[in-house]
Amino acid sequence: MLYFIEQCLNGVQLGMLLFLLAAGLTLIFGIMDLVNLAHGSLYMLGAYFAATFAALTDSFVAGALLALIATLVVGMAVEVIAMRRLYGRDHLDHVLGTFGLILFFNELVRMIWGPAGMTLSLPMEMLQAVQVLPGVFYPLYRIVIIVATLIVALLLYVLVMRTRIGMLIRAGASNREMVGALGINIKLLYTLVFGLGAALAGFAGLMQAPILTVQIGMGENILILAFVVIIIGGIGSIRGAFVAAIFVGLIDTVGRAFLPDLLRLFLSSNAASSAGPALSSMLIYLLMALVLVFRPEGLFPTAGK
Amino acid sequence: MTAPLNLRSIFIAGVLTVLALLPVYAALTGNYFLLTLFTRIVILAMAATSLNLILGYGGMVSFGHAVYLGIGGYVVGILAKEGILSGFVQWPVAVAVSALIALGLGALSLRTRGVYFIMITLAFAQMFYYIAIGLDRYGGDDGLTIYKRSQFGDLVNLSSKTQFYYLCFAFLLGTIYLVWRLVNSRFGMVIRGSRSNDRRMHAIGFPTFRYKLICFVIAGTLCGLAGALLANHTDFISPAVMHWTRSGDLIVMVVLGGMGSLFGPLIGAVALLVLEETLPVLISAVAGLILPSAATQAGEYWQIVLGPLFLLVVLFARGGIDGLLAKVQRG
Repeated sequence: MLYFIEQCLNGVQLGMLLFLLAAGLTLIFGIMDLVNLAHGSLYMLGAYFAATFAALTDSFVAGALLALIATLVVGMAVEVIAMRRLYGRDHLDHVLGTFGLILFFNELVRMIWGPAGMTLSLPMEMLQAVQVLPGVFYPLYRIVIIVATLIVALLLYVLVMRTRIGMLIRAGASNREMVGALGINIKLLYTLVFGLGAALAGFAGLMQAPILTVQIGMGENILILAFVVIIIGGIGSIRGAFVAAIFVGLIDTVGRAFLPDLLRLFLSSNAASSAGPALSSMLIYLLMALVLVFRPEGLFPTAGK
Repeated sequence: MTAPLNLRSIFIAGVLTVLALLPVYAALTGNYFLLTLFTRIVILAMAATSLNLILGYGGMVSFGHAVYLGIGGYVVGILAKEGILSGFVQWPVAVAVSALIALGLGALSLRTRGVYFIMITLAFAQMFYYIAIGLDRYGGDDGLTIYKRSQFGDLVNLSSKTQFYYLCFAFLLGTIYLVWRLVNSRFGMVIRGSRSNDRRMHAIGFPTFRYKLICFVIAGTLCGLAGALLANHTDFISPAVMHWTRSGDLIVMVVLGGMGSLFGPLIGAVALLVLEETLPVLISAVAGLILPSAATQAGEYWQIVLGPLFLLVVLFARGGIDGLLAKVQRG
């Protein structure tokens, strides 16, 4: 039972990470109609920046803040140099262009930081486990991730739904020509939105950096999970992304932890231990297929798209 | 053919002639490196041609086409490991399994369109990647070595480099011919029609879903066959073959050569793989002019040039190489 609660918390934590990535992706897609495969590269850059700046400043928090700013800047630069030229084009063009960017960023990281991975160590006080329920201990840092992401999600909601800039973002999503005609600098707005998406990805990367090894290509597999989240949640819907991310995080983590044991009840232990890992990694894709069969537009389809 | 002597057909005829005569060159010079490289190119060109059928003609941007390369390869690898070496068994099974999986994936993915379709094919491809990693008995993450190539009795010996190359080349030509016949048939008209306006085709009375699904299955099956060839070529199969970046490479080949052009994928495959071989050399040569000490090291980072190159192709050469040729021809 304790193990189950712990795994559930791990699942929520993975869900939070996926939400950060999916929110940026879905925001960029919803507003600029842009498919950005290079989103995982920004996640990777966030982690590398955090590891580097934390080592330079000797402080995890300062490193994280600097990394956040750095990914924001990189994101905006990428928008100005490359992405801007892809708006209004075919989705295939987006896929191909951003696929090229992935190669570019992977190689750039290899040039700057070398082929070996990096590690980012946490301050001592973050390493301890705290009692979350009577008898249940959980690493403090993972709780910090969950709480920090919830705060970011709330801020994002307030930004998009309650501020003037959020109003412009929503207006730009429904009719970009009209917003431009009303004298709003739509180009600048798009650059800001892309930078915001990049910063969200960078935030996910830097929060995850102490848990994983920071390495080249770390953003590629997680990007596909973020796509699954978006498909389940419905494209363009941040609320859908939030719900779907927690779903996917929980099912993936809990499935991996318990499915092999569950199979052992029905199959010989040999067959179970060979089928277990394969089947548990399939779970979320099966969930996606199910959602597709019953709700092809996702769980929270955005109106009018 | 209305104008037999135009730049495009001369170029394509040239490429085909070079491909056809390559084993002769290898036999004369004893340099078999090129033949090995081009065997790979021909196999991947076949995969890219099959992708072009759905991507270029059908407008279905499948980002999971490399899955079928993996499936064809794994069928050959698994059967070989279990002691079934006959190609007369291995290859039909590879084709049948690819077709079945394409049918399942297509039936699910084609319920969606546009960017959903891209993401879903991508996600399902990743699922198969993870399944392959989970196959502990067949090497898991490390992959599976194929100790003996498919046996075809006295018919053809796959271990002979020349015979294997010509077999792959024949399959490539067969695939191109099949695609040509398909897209110019009534079936192809429906597929191309649904690409430009699916709703209208539907209104005329064509069940476009079924047409597209069959098209998807044909493409997957052809690619599965290419996968069986690829596994025989490398004597090895691993999950890496179906990693999503491999699917990306196939898309690049199609777009680089020319989408919806019959020989485009072949040209694209040749261009991309030759570029991958020569770019490191080129870069170190250029770097050597500026900073001699960094020459060899710079060559390692060739992808930093390749990536932005894709972006440039997308921005400035939408029709790919074939489109450029057509443009030059028009003057």
